[in-house]
Amino acid sequence: MSRALLTRLRKGFHLDSVALMRIARTVSELDGIEDAALMMGTSTNLEILADAGLLDGEGKTAQGGDLVIAIAGMDSDAAARGLAGADALLDGPGDIAVTNNGWRPRSLRGAVTVMPEANLALISVPGDFAAAEARKAIRRGLHVMIFSDNVSLADEVDLKREAQALRRLVMGPDCGTAIIAGVPLAFANRVPRGGIGIVGASGTGIQEVSSLIARHYGGVSHAIGVGGRDLHSEVGGISTLMALDALDRDVATQHVVLISKPPPCGVAKIVLERVSRFTKPVTICFVGAGEMDMPANVHQVRTLRDAAITSLGQSVPASHPQVSVIGTREHQTYSRGLFMGGTLAAEAQAVFLAAGLPISSNVPVPGAEVMNGAKETGRNLILDLGADAFTKGRPHPMIDPVARDAAVTEALRDDTVGVVLVDLVVGHGAHPNPAQSLAEAVAIIPEAGRPVVVASVTGTDADPQVRSIQVATLEAAGISVAPTSADAAEWAARAVGAKF
Amino acid sequence: MSDDPVIDLLNTPPKVVNIGLEGFARDLQDEGVKVVHLEWRPPAGGDPELARLLSKLEA
Repeated sequence: MSRALLTRLRKGFHLDSVALMRIARTVSELDGIEDAALMMGTSTNLEILADAGLLDGEGKTAQGGDLVIAIAGMDSDAAARGLAGADALLDGPGDIAVTNNGWRPRSLRGAVTVMPEANLALISVPGDFAAAEARKAIRRGLHVMIFSDNVSLADEVDLKREAQALRRLVMGPDCGTAIIAGVPLAFANRVPRGGIGIVGASGTGIQEVSSLIARHYGGVSHAIGVGGRDLHSEVGGISTLMALDALDRDVATQHVVLISKPPPCGVAKIVLERVSRFTKPVTICFVGAGEMDMPANVHQVRTLRDAAITSLGQSVPASHPQVSVIGTREHQTYSRGLFMGGTLAAEAQAVFLAAGLPISSNVPVPGAEVMNGAKETGRNLILDLGADAFTKGRPHPMIDPVARDAAVTEALRDDTVGVVLVDLVVGHGAHPNPAQSLAEAVAIIPEAGRPVVVASVTGTDADPQVRSIQVATLEAAGISVAPTSADAAEWAARAVGAKF
Repeated sequence: MSDDPVIDLLNTPPKVVNIGLEGFARDLQDEGVKVVHLEWRPPAGGDPELARLLSKLEA
């Protein structure tokens, strides 16, 4: 028996990437299948397939409008069965479609004819095409939310400048979440309406803060995602400033929260100067930044938890209740953070650094070290497994946590690890039951002698996964669940020796 | 209507054209939001550069 690779091309066949990944996953679980990939033949995807050893024959001739099916089997019979399985799933009945009364426009022009009052385009096509679609939408007078990643910085700058001139808002690229006038878009949580307006360069940061506000009986007027690069010098905060100004004018908003990684000095100065003129109180969480000089109406906070507390008009306590999650055995001295949320990973690093603990990461905040490789061990590590390097050609761990959860099992086997720190992010778009998947990954290692696992669950009980059910599932599996992501990081830091 | 389209965006629930993942349109429809899902295909025969150029020509 020898490994056999079968590739097929379907010319001019299109299905969205989530649907394709779902089929690939189902096929890869069939007997005798080593790997399966179904991807549109864009140049980025062809590189991913080539790197994975899944590109040969007619697959190499694919164009962006063609579907490539690549199946690696233990032998040629298995590969052929996998291919037949993929064909059956592709040609079978899909999910119930959104039909717009039976007709689906094929162009933006057609869509705007069907719905002349349309004012927002939600764009999640492959990154190679996202800027073009966004440009068309802006020129038709729509605001845009670009969920897609892999949009070039040059395209982002062009789009935002053009939109700014037309007074249209660009949320993104790589904008995972937004809530506009109570409507959750893409990966948002179900939260009540209220007086707190959020602007965030980070999707999971917005999700954690808006969910905490909801869990403390507050409400959100709007949550506007601007994309992780908006506060970079090249973009200059175009969307952040437009969003902040709009929230300052918005009658429903009484308190404004800004969440971002630390911006460069020049951009920070412009943002602070702008918000200093606001009549409303402002809370800023530059995750991982040191203390900065702030205008009188601005509160700077260190964590997403403290951002939520401050926006609710409460004072941040000097210390938060600590729960002992120990025991670390003598040789288990390090913490391993395995995150699906990028900003939650940044916040955890900030917590460790503030406690005087060294930390390495693939997405280091100021003061953290850059890790050398994914297999590093024998030190405190915090990994963002939703980062591009881990998600090329794979679903994001919020959609499918299997790869993250496999890393949890591996960490539990590492005898230098004393505590494993994880996040779950639920809500629209996310996996239907990530707690079950994590609980199963943890249960592989017998409880006696394994490192402790500390988790946080971002979301609300109104979300489809129901946060309290997710928490109960984790607790039943012996996992300690902290009330917030910041608390979880503090518990984990304390488990490896930090004093708070 | 205000004098600023960005304020108008915040004043009423958005009316959405969904381009890409169909699940997002389904979620919005379930929320009772007005949404049109575009039957999107990679434009320009799947050539991103050509698609970019065409979008710049389109008014």
